[in-house]
Amino acid sequence: MSSAAANELRAARRRLAIDSIGIWVLAAVIGTIFGFTAREGGLSLVETAAFSAILFAGASQFAAVGLLAVAAPWASIVLLVWLLNARHFLYAASIAPHAAALPRRVRAGLAFLLTDEAFALTSAHVARLGRIDLPGAWYAGLAIFVPWNLATLAGWLAGAALPDPATIGLDVVFPASMAGLAVGLVRDRAALAALAAGSAAAVGAALLVNASAAVMIGGLLGPLVGLVVANRSRGAQ
Amino acid sequence: MIDPLRTDLVPLAILGGIGTYAARALPLLAPGADRLPAPVLAYLRLIGPAVLGAIAAANVFVADSSLRVGPEAVAVVVGALIGHWRGSLLVGMAASVIAVLLLRATIAA
Repeated sequence: MSSAAANELRAARRRLAIDSIGIWVLAAVIGTIFGFTAREGGLSLVETAAFSAILFAGASQFAAVGLLAVAAPWASIVLLVWLLNARHFLYAASIAPHAAALPRRVRAGLAFLLTDEAFALTSAHVARLGRIDLPGAWYAGLAIFVPWNLATLAGWLAGAALPDPATIGLDVVFPASMAGLAVGLVRDRAALAALAAGSAAAVGAALLVNASAAVMIGGLLGPLVGLVVANRSRGAQ
Repeated sequence: MIDPLRTDLVPLAILGGIGTYAARALPLLAPGADRLPAPVLAYLRLIGPAVLGAIAAANVFVADSSLRVGPEAVAVVVGALIGHWRGSLLVGMAASVIAVLLLRATIAA
C-alpha cells in the first residue's frame, strides 16, 4: 500500500471512530430504554438479553415487546418483526457489490451486525474509501452490538433509576444520527435527489399507508428519483 | 416478581432473528453481487442517502399519523446542516440535542 493510500485509510478510520462516538451514545441510551421497557413488559433478564443479542434490531424489538404486552399471538409478532426488518435487505444489497470479494463466512458474520446504524457507518466509510475496509466494517457493526447489549442489561437491571431521555434532549439522537449520516453520503445531485425524495416518500407513506412501510417505500423510491436526476444531468451535458 | 432466568420467550427472539438475518444476509451471500449491471449498481449506491433520510424524516415529521413540524424536526435538520458544515457527525448530533432543548425551553416559556 502506498503511503498516500495508507494516510487515506488512517484518515477514514479516524473519521469512522469519531462518527461512532455518537452511535455509541445512541445505542447506550436506546438500549437502556429497551431493557427497562422489556422488564416493564414482563420479560425476564434472559429473554430481554436474547432479543438484543439474537434479534438485534431496535425498532422491531420495541414492537415485539409492545405486542407481547397486549398478548398478541407469536405468529403476528414474528411477521411484524420480519416486515419491519425487511429494509435491511436494501442495506445488504447496497453493500454487497463492495463485499463480494470477502470470504463467505466473513460476509455471513457482517450480515448479522447490519443494523440501521452499522449500515450508516459502513456506507459512509465505503463512500470515503471507494471500497470496503474489513476492520472498519467489523468495527461499525460492533460499535452498535456491544453498547446495545450492555445497555439492554443495564436498562433491565436499573432502568427505573434513569432520567427520561426527552428531558435532556436525547430523544433526537437517533433521527439526528440518521440525518447526519444521510447528508454525509450526498456527493452529487443524484444522491441529494435520492435523499430528498426518499425522505418525502417516507413521510407520505407514514401518513397514508403506515409507519412500518415508510422506510421501505422511501428507500425504494428515493434512488429511482436519484437515477432520473442523474440521467437528466447526463442528457443536459 | 419476574424470574430473571426465565427463557419462555427466547424461541420468539430466535424466530424473529431468523427472518431478520435472512434479510441482512441474502444479498450479501448471493453470488455475482460484484457483476451487477451499471444501472443496478447506481441504484444501490443511492439507497444509503434515501433510506437514512427516510428513517430520519419518518421519525421527526410524523407523529400519531399526522404531519408535524415541531422542535424535533427543526433540531434534526439544523444538526444535520451543522454536522455537514463542520464535517462531523458528532458535532451535528450535539447541535441537534442543544437545539431541541433550546426550542422546547422557548416554547415552554
